[in-house]
Amino acid sequence: MAVQKPEELSKIDYKPPKTSWMDTPAELRKDMFCWGNKEKSLKTVGFPNARAWSVADEDWKLPENWKEIFLEGLKERLSKYRSFQLFMDICVRCGACADKCHFFIGGGDPKNMPVLRAELLRSIYRNYFTTSGKMLGKVAGARELTYNVLKELWYYAYQCTECRRCSLFCPYGIDTAEVTILVRELLNLLGLNIEWIAGPVANCWRTGNHMGLLPHTLRDTVDSFQADLETITGVKVDYSFNRKGAEILFVNPSGEFFDPVGNITFMGYMLLFHEIGLDVTLSTYVSEGGNFGFFTSNEMAKRLHSKVYAEAKRLKVKWIIGGECGHMWRVWHQYHNTWYGPVDFLKEPVSPITGTKFENAKSNKIVHICEFTADLIKHGKIKLDPSRNDNYKVTLHDSCNVSRGMGMLEEPRDIIKSVCNNFYEMPPNTIRENTFCCGSGSGLNASENMELRMRGGLPRANAVNYVRDKFGVNTLANICQIDRAALQALMNYWAPDVVVRGVHELVGNALVLKGEKERTTDLRGEPLPGKEAK
Amino acid sequence: MSFGLSLWLSFFAVAVLVLVALFGVEAAHLNYLFGVIIPYAAFAIFIVGIIYRFLKWAARPVPFRIPTTAGQGKSLPWIKQNKIDNPSTALGAFVRMIFEVLLFRSLFRNTRTELRGPILSYASAKWLWIAALAFHYSFLIILIRHLRLFIEPVPFLVKTVEKLDSFFQIHLLGAPLLYITNVALLAAVTYLLLRRVVIPTLRYISLPADYFPLFLILSIGITGALMRYFYKVNVVGIKELAMGLINFSPKIPEGIGVLFYIHLFLVSTLFAYFPFSKLTHMVGVFLSPTRNLANNNRAVRHVNPWNYPVKVHTYEEYEDEFREFMKDAGIPVEKE
Repeated sequence: MAVQKPEELSKIDYKPPKTSWMDTPAELRKDMFCWGNKEKSLKTVGFPNARAWSVADEDWKLPENWKEIFLEGLKERLSKYRSFQLFMDICVRCGACADKCHFFIGGGDPKNMPVLRAELLRSIYRNYFTTSGKMLGKVAGARELTYNVLKELWYYAYQCTECRRCSLFCPYGIDTAEVTILVRELLNLLGLNIEWIAGPVANCWRTGNHMGLLPHTLRDTVDSFQADLETITGVKVDYSFNRKGAEILFVNPSGEFFDPVGNITFMGYMLLFHEIGLDVTLSTYVSEGGNFGFFTSNEMAKRLHSKVYAEAKRLKVKWIIGGECGHMWRVWHQYHNTWYGPVDFLKEPVSPITGTKFENAKSNKIVHICEFTADLIKHGKIKLDPSRNDNYKVTLHDSCNVSRGMGMLEEPRDIIKSVCNNFYEMPPNTIRENTFCCGSGSGLNASENMELRMRGGLPRANAVNYVRDKFGVNTLANICQIDRAALQALMNYWAPDVVVRGVHELVGNALVLKGEKERTTDLRGEPLPGKEAK
Repeated sequence: MSFGLSLWLSFFAVAVLVLVALFGVEAAHLNYLFGVIIPYAAFAIFIVGIIYRFLKWAARPVPFRIPTTAGQGKSLPWIKQNKIDNPSTALGAFVRMIFEVLLFRSLFRNTRTELRGPILSYASAKWLWIAALAFHYSFLIILIRHLRLFIEPVPFLVKTVEKLDSFFQIHLLGAPLLYITNVALLAAVTYLLLRRVVIPTLRYISLPADYFPLFLILSIGITGALMRYFYKVNVVGIKELAMGLINFSPKIPEGIGVLFYIHLFLVSTLFAYFPFSKLTHMVGVFLSPTRNLANNNRAVRHVNPWNYPVKVHTYEEYEDEFREFMKDAGIPVEKE
């Protein structure tokens, strides 16, 4: 990792440059941006202007009429989204959002203040679509769309994780995520994406998951989990892929098949489903709940996510449970039903174990695994031994999307408090709806932009350090696969000795299975409390 | 545009407005223009402009239900929902909007981030919220008080507001009773202006469109206060003019004083400028989809009027590509 030492990185200068922002061209700094997309990735999904290009090159090989394409696209979106038109018009630049963004807090680049990030586009909007901007130019805060301005837009659209923390503080609810989402759409019209997003999108299109895992690989992977679980618990857990007539389809982020931290979370689900005898199937065709299409364009998001319902229909399941993932839940909670519904081919979800009706999901028929598990625990349907997690002092990182795009705050807490004896909250300004992003969301969890990630994750890491020093917290629980993949690197950098774990990893540890052998290790193979080798 | 230029340009723009009115009335005697024609025109622009803006926004579809959720959502029966910050019904969203519009709830959340060494802290920062409330409510009350010029007899509501507004019974150097809102408005606007000048990040994001309305409103406040407390103007004449305007039989009484014309011209400018500026947030806030929608898209489907079918990679295409792998791995297939 080419990033400087934490002591150096945490010296942050918040003073803006002397020259005004319009007169300060963006410097596209290495370690802060992700590599541009490959030609193949965009071609796979039929995106326009697909070509190989490099961010560092002077020439981005734009189509000749790039300006026209961009402005036409902008015009179209202004007419299709009230949010967008409104957010272009009503900002008063009060600055309440300025120091709420993790990238600004951790980096000090004024163009990462949400207000200015949006002004980058607003200035263009004013120049081409408002009378005052056309007449008064700079005096009205307008500027022309030039090659450099386009590069600046690209640079900062991929320095926003669409976490919506700024929108919480905005007196008019201006949502930078909405602006970033649409700027990225516009950039995609010009074939300007990043490979870390475009690659997974292409993979997901073809293989059903971001990782590009083929059916037999998925089978091998889950088989290996099965074997590991048998070693640890003495119980052989069942599972199935693409099984028609199952009651429930389970969809999770594919990172859980790939990333070592995610693996363990997935093993937690497996134990749980086995123990309660849930009639559930996985699908190889829909081996992805996450949706990097959402970081590309709303249309691409819909193209990928439509597969979930299509597969539910084909397999004739009754309803769907979704795993631990952040943006996947924003998509499911706020978008998917609108794209695909009415979902009249599925049944209103009812837990077969407790009989609880999930009223809040009666239309889209998708239940969050934490809602499902919290309900099981409330009804005492599973036996738990929280002392198995006694080596862990746990805090919970709320995922941005789940907190500010859904509002699921208590369920994971209820679960953690039932499966762990030691739970400590981070300071109130850093959790729940105020939660700070991991710094790597919205498809920015690449390795070439590590400085950006470490900077963006500073506020989160700082809050973890607080509870680590105060209570000895050593476990950062979360319900998001990007978190699991990204936070461990962040902890290693800012808060060493803190281990990142999915909530259902903790569930899996505490869950007492019927007929299990005496467990000596947790799901990672580390000794349980009191079972350490003498 | 540099900070200095933005600031001074806005200042001089307002200064020019003052001079235009001063010379227009004192030297050119265009009393009818400044007393009747411009106010009518400005008010017409305001009404038409605001309606146009509202309709333009309202005509835009709301494709997705995207509330920013700021508390626990409706979930399992035993989990307590935050019904205001994460409403699941239209009524809840209405209540959320009331809190937003009348009490500036989101601004109330404001904190100030500070970095000391490697430690971040988030201090409470309510001054912006206080100033914003003071500014907007003072403005509203002052507007209500001005109704006394347009209605005869003066309505009870206006008289009550005046009484409350002068609650402290302060006479400034023998001048008429001091209105609390006059002080509050001037103090709040001054604060809002100073923070833009003093705080480096705010200075960096501020445009002439931010300074201009502040200078304009400050000048309106100052000219108004001057008329009330220091330079007596012919209030009877002003009321005559106001009544004439409202009854569409405008006439210009004698001896109103140029200060009034300056005040009126600045107010007219504010009205005419309003629909073309950020001040339309007054209307826009009601339409904001992150605030005025219930967070219930899993329970009640939100319909996107321009939803269209998209190309999906079908299961059949998937199986055709991977059938052999699937069969080898013992995964069921549709076509053997």
